[in-house]
Amino acid sequence: MKRLLLILALAFAAPSLADSNLPPAYWANRQLPDATQEARATALMEELRCLVCQGQSIADSDAEIAGDMRDLVRRRIAAGERPDDIRAWLIERYGSWVSYKPAANPGTWALWLAPLLFLAIGGWMAASRIKRGGED
Amino acid sequence: MAEGLFVRRLILFAPLVVFGLLLAALAWRLAAPSDASVRSTLVGKPLPDIRLTPLAPGGAAIPLRSATDKPMLINFFASWCVPCVAEAPLLEELQRKDVAILGIAVRDRPEDIAAFLQRHGNPFFAIGGDPESQAQIALGSSGVPESYVVDGRGIIRYQHIGPIEGGDVTVIMAELEKAR
Repeated sequence: MKRLLLILALAFAAPSLADSNLPPAYWANRQLPDATQEARATALMEELRCLVCQGQSIADSDAEIAGDMRDLVRRRIAAGERPDDIRAWLIERYGSWVSYKPAANPGTWALWLAPLLFLAIGGWMAASRIKRGGED
Repeated sequence: MAEGLFVRRLILFAPLVVFGLLLAALAWRLAAPSDASVRSTLVGKPLPDIRLTPLAPGGAAIPLRSATDKPMLINFFASWCVPCVAEAPLLEELQRKDVAILGIAVRDRPEDIAAFLQRHGNPFFAIGGDPESQAQIALGSSGVPESYVVDGRGIIRYQHIGPIEGGDVTVIMAELEKAR
């Protein structure tokens, strides 16, 4: 009886509303008719970070604002805008945080130089080992 | 020889030290969770030149830049947003202090907005719609409720993320005063 009541209570419970009552934006889940444009839009959407889920790209996210961002990306691509310009427009608003593709600027030099540095260290280690091997 | 043994012992303890540091870092982040909110980088820059969707069919679109020539508070809200209900009395308090508040209703229907305002009060001098979050994205906002202080020349001065609570009123009033 208790279990039945619990199940009934669950069935009639109102869900907590964190989403709007409006349907997704037109281009949120619809592909552009032009395949080249759609490919360009998809590539960009996979590199833009969802604002509220943070670990996901807007291409992967079900959040409403991610859908609205996909709509924005597809509309602008369809209007002939370049993906890098759309990315720059979003970075102007949300900071470089919004893009998964790291920009080459003074703030990210360590990111770009680290692989070269590690490669150099690895090369040096390998070289000294080979040299020692030759001496033996 | 004894020195070599000492060094070897130290190396033996290194993983333990690393583990201890890791634990300390985890405990610190648990005690002080990082702020995951995304701040707009438009603060200090002019408002984007956009028009807000009219709520009533055939109504006039509100040009965001020329909504008023006074300092104003832009408030993103929605009838489906629960924290917006908690914020409503504080917006009314700000309105009583002569703050010009422009409402932007995110992903909302005119009839739902009307019902929300009837129930929780209407502190706005004007309300524009934003059915596809385009105004929200244009301002670098990522959720509701969010508020922006804009000065008389249309420069964004301050962003408040989340509902305005009791203590925030003085902060917002001070920011508006600075924007004068």
